[in-house]
Amino acid sequence: MKIPRLTDTTLRDGDHAVSHSYTPEMVRTIVQNLDEAGVPVIEVSHGSGLNGSTIQQGFSKYSEFDLIKVAVETAKQAKIASLFVPGIGTSNELRQAAELGISILRIAVHCTEADVTEQYFRLAKELGLEAVGFLMMSHTQPANVLVEQAKLMESYGADCVYVVDSAGALVQSGVRERVSALKEALSIEVGFHAHNNLGLAIGNTITALEAGADQIDGTLRGLGAGAGNAPTEVLVAVLNKMNLDTGINLSILMDVAEEVVAPLMQTPIVIDRDNLSSGYAGVYNSFLLHVRHAAEKFGVRASEIMEELGKRKAVAGQEDWILDVAVELAEKKALKV
Amino acid sequence: MGCKVLSKVKAAILGSGNIGTDLMYKILKNEGNMELALVAGIDPNSEGLARAQAKGIRTSHHGLDAILEDSEIKIVFDATSAKAHKLNAPSLREQGKLAIDMTPAAIGPFVVPTVNLKEHIESMNVNLISCGGQATTPLVYAVNRVASVHYAEVITTAASVSIGPGTRQNVDEFVQTTANAVQQVGGAKLARAIPVFNPAEPPINMTNSVYAVIKEEFDEEAVIASIQSIVAEISSYIPGYRLKGIPFIDYRDTPWGRLPTVVIMNEVVGDGDFFPTYAGNLDIMTASAYKVGDLYAAHFLGTKEVSR
Repeated sequence: MKIPRLTDTTLRDGDHAVSHSYTPEMVRTIVQNLDEAGVPVIEVSHGSGLNGSTIQQGFSKYSEFDLIKVAVETAKQAKIASLFVPGIGTSNELRQAAELGISILRIAVHCTEADVTEQYFRLAKELGLEAVGFLMMSHTQPANVLVEQAKLMESYGADCVYVVDSAGALVQSGVRERVSALKEALSIEVGFHAHNNLGLAIGNTITALEAGADQIDGTLRGLGAGAGNAPTEVLVAVLNKMNLDTGINLSILMDVAEEVVAPLMQTPIVIDRDNLSSGYAGVYNSFLLHVRHAAEKFGVRASEIMEELGKRKAVAGQEDWILDVAVELAEKKALKV
Repeated sequence: MGCKVLSKVKAAILGSGNIGTDLMYKILKNEGNMELALVAGIDPNSEGLARAQAKGIRTSHHGLDAILEDSEIKIVFDATSAKAHKLNAPSLREQGKLAIDMTPAAIGPFVVPTVNLKEHIESMNVNLISCGGQATTPLVYAVNRVASVHYAEVITTAASVSIGPGTRQNVDEFVQTTANAVQQVGGAKLARAIPVFNPAEPPINMTNSVYAVIKEEFDEEAVIASIQSIVAEISSYIPGYRLKGIPFIDYRDTPWGRLPTVVIMNEVVGDGDFFPTYAGNLDIMTASAYKVGDLYAAHFLGTKEVSR
């Protein structure tokens, strides 16, 4: 099995879990540790990608460009990446991040909409960035559709395409099918990004490696949206046991996960009813805190909202539908009384 | 005696694609102030021209030239592309023809029939912004006329199958144009616009959400009544334009502090003239274009009346 490239996205996916409250000091400390441990790629941006600081996605406490700047200045060996979602970010933010010195842009779209990424892949390559495609909500489409979409990204200049399990809804057979289909069809690298709603984040990541994945993602202590991700330190421990030597220092990761990241958690990241119902219904993980807010405001259960969002096939970026669903559920409830 | 009553204004559609075709059916089904004199395309074999012929409408595949040859045509709907409209606009203006620009070219001012058409009634070139712009700027305007909107954010969600390649290849253009219109037409001091494409099957209806952040004390009931009243006005020319639930106030943490935010959810179901009903994002463009054309035609006829 190939030794994968590991991207730590605590400072991007984890941004959702801390309600976009990262400070420059936190970024400096976390990047310093990850960099020293030898993690090759560190992702930093708003959880919903560059320019995600909005009502819909949640406002950031500090400008993400200031955070990116700190990360770039702090990292000695690690490359800094940012997430970019077309429509949330525009070419302006892409250019700004490139000027600040990021090395990698990860361009994310719902896994049927790859054709909106062309102008951004071309621009990223023109600016000398490594460009990675992110096919979000990959559980919603069969392998052949993902292959078509990944091939579009490859034709626009992508260096790698990820199967992204945004809802934590895939089981191992689903991961294997999708990753191996992409490996077979593409001449570029393939990645896998996990969420832990079904308790499979580590298992699915290992399955992806067995299916040939070249790049994988983790977050310290699993600090990511919803049920969180494959914990970076656990991944490294497992890879060591599998005799896949990434060269990453496990003890530094364990220390930073325990002493720096765990205290940042607003609530423990566990597979509770909200997160399990979210993964089971196939709902985007970043919705969690917005669903809890709406559930409280309208007096309905978060898990009911999750179930209905799954039925409506909401995609990334549709936090407004949460309110719509909550209002409708509350109205139905009022009728029954 | 012998004085022919000028009862309708001649209009032409430039562009025989899907938008032009849906607009044609809207002009034909309404008893308005326009007479559709010509549908001009550039492909003699286009389905749109065949459909126009089947309805007994004069057609041409000589595009702009065919329109310029007919001096009686006073209103031209440009349903081509931003690039083509930039080329077409000067000669239309020279010949005194009003151009209703349905492309993203935005040479003339942004217009929304319920908000600012009167201000631009003498303009010779007006632009219809974008689908999200037509749907959301009047909602922002309705809030702002009661309570000053500091920041507005609009989310437009449409079925993937209803989004054409032009929009897909230039998402930046939609984002910037729509946000500009939310400020200029809607009146928000700051604005963001975000599009979302959803591929669910069966396709979803177009939905729009507006978040309007207000910094001052305001009368919630007056804001909601203002929104309901503008929705009633819009639905007179877009029957499927409606509120999803009653607008409500939610407190949100913003860069300007914890502030009341008016949340408006809207759905647009198309009339199904040519586009399927879920494609409210396309219908709102043709229905708004029709409304703008009809109001201009009425103005034109009124002016003639007076000068006689």
